[in-house]
Amino acid sequence: MATLDDLSFTHRMFMRTYKFCSVDWLPGASLNKPLSGSKFALVTTAALHLPDQPAFDSGIRGGDSSFRELPVAVDLSQLRIAHRSSEFDQTGAREGPNLVFPRDRFQELVSAGKAGALNHRHFSFMGSITAPGQLISETAPAVAELLRQDRVDAVFLLPV
Amino acid sequence: MCNQSVGLISSIIEKAGIPTVGVSLLREVAEKVRPPRTLYVPFPFGYPLGKPNQPALQHQVIEASLNLLGAKNPLPILVDFTAGS
Repeated sequence: MATLDDLSFTHRMFMRTYKFCSVDWLPGASLNKPLSGSKFALVTTAALHLPDQPAFDSGIRGGDSSFRELPVAVDLSQLRIAHRSSEFDQTGAREGPNLVFPRDRFQELVSAGKAGALNHRHFSFMGSITAPGQLISETAPAVAELLRQDRVDAVFLLPV
Repeated sequence: MCNQSVGLISSIIEKAGIPTVGVSLLREVAEKVRPPRTLYVPFPFGYPLGKPNQPALQHQVIEASLNLLGAKNPLPILVDFTAGS
């Protein structure tokens, strides 16, 4: 189990005093069809990227709010991790990338008839963002618009 | 900060009209960010689906999450995952 006590002293003190942000999303959206008829997209904040995509920039003060598109047919063994957080133990993700980007698990759900389809693209962020202004105003809305254009029915998100 | 980022991205996609569900590794962060639907999991940082190369456990977490999409409870929903649930 992860708790604030698992963090380094510096990170723990930061988290205890940090003013967390929220975004008003009410009243919320509804999934008006069964999971078996729904198209899903995945969002991971593990900072995954393809070898030919630029890595996330750990040097940006407040965090890199950009995102990378991951094609559904990506070779998971080729994915790279460019996460700056020292709290993210990457051992498990390197052993089995589905731990942080469960593309294969969702394909299994589709094969089993428990999910309708997987979108042709998915999205990766580097979650270590302490100043999320650009994430809120620009990059997350850009991803939402792409998902809307793709007619995705529901989105599953994973932190690390 | 990953857990805040997931909550914010989830909220913004939901606001655009697409239902979302996210996992959280820190319950207290989910309580503060208040995204629409969250499954809190008792796993270490870096292990949001439990363990690598354990499809059965990973499916349990994913399916517990997806079940929240059909829940009739008032939003936001924050549910604790327990293995075998």
